[in-house]
Amino acid sequence: MATSTQNGIKVWQRRDRNTQLKIWAMWLIGTAIFMWSWTQISASTTWMFFWDAPRIAADIGGRAWPPRWEYIFTLAKPLWDTLNIATLGTLMALFMAVPVAFLAARNTTPSVMFIRPIALLIIVSTRSINSLIWALLLVKILGPGVFAGLIAIAIRSIGFCAKLLYEAIEEIDETQVEAITATGASRWQVMAYGIVPQILPAFAGIAVFRWDINLRESTVLGLVGAGGIGLQLQGSLNTLAWPQVSLILIIILVAVIVSEWVSAKVRGAII
Amino acid sequence: MKTKSVWSNDDCPGQQAREALEKAPFIASPALRWALFIGAVLYLIAAMYSIEVNWARVYRGLDRGWQFVAAFSNPDFASRAYEIRVGLTESVVMALASTIVGIGISIPIGLGAARNISILPVYLVCRSIVALSRALNEIVVAILLVAIFGFGPLAGFLTLSFATIGFLSKLLAEEIENMDKVQAEAIRATGASWLQRYVFGVHPQVVPRLIGLSVYRLDINFRESAVLGIVGAGGIGATLNTSFDRYEFDTAAAILLVIIVAVMALEYLSGIVRAKVQ
Repeated sequence: MATSTQNGIKVWQRRDRNTQLKIWAMWLIGTAIFMWSWTQISASTTWMFFWDAPRIAADIGGRAWPPRWEYIFTLAKPLWDTLNIATLGTLMALFMAVPVAFLAARNTTPSVMFIRPIALLIIVSTRSINSLIWALLLVKILGPGVFAGLIAIAIRSIGFCAKLLYEAIEEIDETQVEAITATGASRWQVMAYGIVPQILPAFAGIAVFRWDINLRESTVLGLVGAGGIGLQLQGSLNTLAWPQVSLILIIILVAVIVSEWVSAKVRGAII
Repeated sequence: MKTKSVWSNDDCPGQQAREALEKAPFIASPALRWALFIGAVLYLIAAMYSIEVNWARVYRGLDRGWQFVAAFSNPDFASRAYEIRVGLTESVVMALASTIVGIGISIPIGLGAARNISILPVYLVCRSIVALSRALNEIVVAILLVAIFGFGPLAGFLTLSFATIGFLSKLLAEEIENMDKVQAEAIRATGASWLQRYVFGVHPQVVPRLIGLSVYRLDINFRESAVLGIVGAGGIGATLNTSFDRYEFDTAAAILLVIIVAVMALEYLSGIVRAKVQ
């Protein structure tokens, strides 16, 4: 707590002078960064469109409402595909994430020097590329369709699941592992009886959490041709069929809310 | 479970110990357990059956996949250097500006969404804003905003700001709800006004976490800004999309490497900042 003396009276201040100056400097830098960013954005914006936006928004809104409800029957199959992409993608990702996580965790990896960095590289590179980019690539390689979306979701989820899982493995209670080791158990037995029971709740939680995220992401994968309800969205947008677009958006919103509810319930039951 | 004494001759103690070791099943009712299990298996069979894989197309594509993998060993930064630089700058700019604006809007909404310091009507309004922002996918929002505001980084900036609000406000509100009440009460006892109570009682307790979350969100926003370009909302995603469409895999590999390096750098930086403030 800092005080300064003014006219012989001690005055309380929250911070001393140097801290205060540092904080002001941070604010200055922050403001400068924002102003610079804003000029960049402003320079590449057609402001005429911006001022026209309320009219356009009202126009689109007017065209989009009411949604074309009978279109919902056409959407059943894409919705089913979307669900499959999310579920099977998550399962595939978990199969691949488990070994990667065990190789990446400091206490279970066979070699900290060589294998751990490779596992970490897999985690980082799959995690930092968005599933939409993976889909973009896989559509070119595997052809458009549900399969490309499935693989995209699977690859993208490996890093996420493996990262959370290896952190859970590193946080386990070592005494249980020691107890199992003391009975003369082999490496695999230690893993099965000492480590796996400890990380199982975390594993189940991660799986459901990722499934929820994957369902969200798989709704838009169709925009790049990777199957699911996004494909219908893209088609409706391209033909300016706004009543269909609004119906699809409502369905996506409902799907996301339901999946979040399911995942919250399941995680509540596990933890 | 047997109830005989462990010392009786006809039942060795090991037997009972083994029975005790068997865990209670996770779902108590066997009928429900089997129903769920069979349902899951049936679903998986149906799901796998409904996925059509055109193996001939996959086989033809493998060659292209191999080209892409090979491109990573020889990425081409040079021939599209200008486009990559412009796209990357745009992504960074969008991420920075939207994070700052997002924080500015999130703080009041986060305060309103914390049940212990706000009144019920304000709480409900703020919570519904948070729920709306979290439920809408960034890409979907970007599509709508591109339709309304036209192509370019402004749509991306608005999308990311909107997404930041849901994320930051929710976590900030939770942090405020979990804070130490004593400190806020002490300030209140001095007769402080509402603003003073916030500035001296609540803010100091949540600011380390707020800074940590903001840096984390900057990281997320940069990642997201890399894909918004696919739907025309500015950033490096547009450059990436174009290079994929033209099958310029060496340029695409270069862009992906740039994105990975930038994300890793940001993650490292945000790790340092978060370790410092927390």
